[in-house]
Amino acid sequence: MSDRILVGTRKGTFLVTKSGAGLWKPKLAGHQGVGVNYVARDPHSGTLWAALGHGHWGAKLSRSTDDGATWEDASQIAYPEGARHYLPPPPTETGPGEGAPTLKPATLLKLWCIAFGGPGEIWVGTIPGGLFKSDDGGESFALNRGLWNHESRGGDLFAGEGNGTTKWFGTPAAEGEFSPGIHSIVIDPTDDAHVLVAVSTAGVFETRDGGRSWRTRNEGLVMDYSPDPTDEWAGHDPHQIVMCPGQTEHLWQQNHCGVFYSDDGAETWRKVSAPKRGVHFGFPVAVDEKDGCQAWLVPGKSDMQRTTVDGSLFVARTEDGGATWTELREGLPQENAFDVVYRHSLDKRGDLLAFGSTTGNLYLSENRGDSWIAVANNLPPIYSVRMG
Amino acid sequence: MARVELTNHLYQFFPDLEGREIEVEGDTVARILEGMERIAPGFGFYVRDERGRLRQHVNVFVGSEPVADRHGLSDAVPDDARVLILQALSGG
Repeated sequence: MSDRILVGTRKGTFLVTKSGAGLWKPKLAGHQGVGVNYVARDPHSGTLWAALGHGHWGAKLSRSTDDGATWEDASQIAYPEGARHYLPPPPTETGPGEGAPTLKPATLLKLWCIAFGGPGEIWVGTIPGGLFKSDDGGESFALNRGLWNHESRGGDLFAGEGNGTTKWFGTPAAEGEFSPGIHSIVIDPTDDAHVLVAVSTAGVFETRDGGRSWRTRNEGLVMDYSPDPTDEWAGHDPHQIVMCPGQTEHLWQQNHCGVFYSDDGAETWRKVSAPKRGVHFGFPVAVDEKDGCQAWLVPGKSDMQRTTVDGSLFVARTEDGGATWTELREGLPQENAFDVVYRHSLDKRGDLLAFGSTTGNLYLSENRGDSWIAVANNLPPIYSVRMG
Repeated sequence: MARVELTNHLYQFFPDLEGREIEVEGDTVARILEGMERIAPGFGFYVRDERGRLRQHVNVFVGSEPVADRHGLSDAVPDDARVLILQALSGG
């Protein structure tokens, strides 16, 4: 299915297919009027999965077993009885003595990303920071207790009051309650028990035993906004992480505080931003399937502005592990462009790359980013672009 | 038996309910919603979260009165009452 792209938007799911040389066309495929945070295809079963945000009616998983022709509600993800978390108060609403986190029951706020492990294994990242997994092809999902009960989050709050605090903070993507969210789930293609997740805001966590135990993977990350910039646990804000399938020790991270690269399996991260070239802030990152030194970004202008750099849209590509960056601009608007590209809205397969923006533009390249075409300009705000 | 009426929005997700006279046994709003779940599996999670609380932007009326207990939904439902399940108007 290399010639099809799944697009989740604020107002529905679109399938983009190729009808001829250079001809790509989007078509509404379901969920009209509903927010679709993420759409992806299970490579084992062929089922399409969509993470919906209904607003009034809550977050729902939807699936299609007929390649997007029809959709149905799937088994729903719910936090189990007794799931609680320490929640920091919103930063703008704290007065003297009001800064301590409070212990609250957890309820599902957002389904944010979906990933597929071995046959039947489906992982889902959510807000408020729960990682869920199905081992039966999506018939049922269970909260991963190892990560939920992690010491950095207060310990086992099913059993008691834990250590009374949390190192996990919130994300505006929670759209309400200031809760943390899991937006990246990376499964080692050579070992389904080896998984990394990234949390806004907490950082990167890794399991090598299928999710029973987790350790932080934040060494080398730097938080410009923190009095303790290299704190192992607290406040890291990865925007997305990806792993090279062919060289699994190569990982990339677009972080709030720059672009980071690891060639030792996330043991350590190295900052490879090039601020003078505009390569620093942004949300998405894509890596080549074979060569872990090759990565693509869609940079934005600083965390303060969150727009394109100087009103012109470009993709940045490195082929040498971030030592140098090439600005890819051919076919992309170079003035009056204010496209913001969210973390799940850039993807790559082979020579094909695609990305979509919050201004409803969908761009595509069939030559590894050397040149681009606009496939659509008037879609709803785009939340997710996945090959599938 | 209470007569349950739904906002049109919910027919999008439960098309089999559209045009039906829905009658449900139950002396509290919670019991009425349990009855709705039996009629339309999955319905409950559309209007309540996993802790059983009414979702923030959902309203239930018994007659013309909005439910007072949005957590436990213990509000009494008289026999032959009309129960309305609506989306709350949140502006816009």
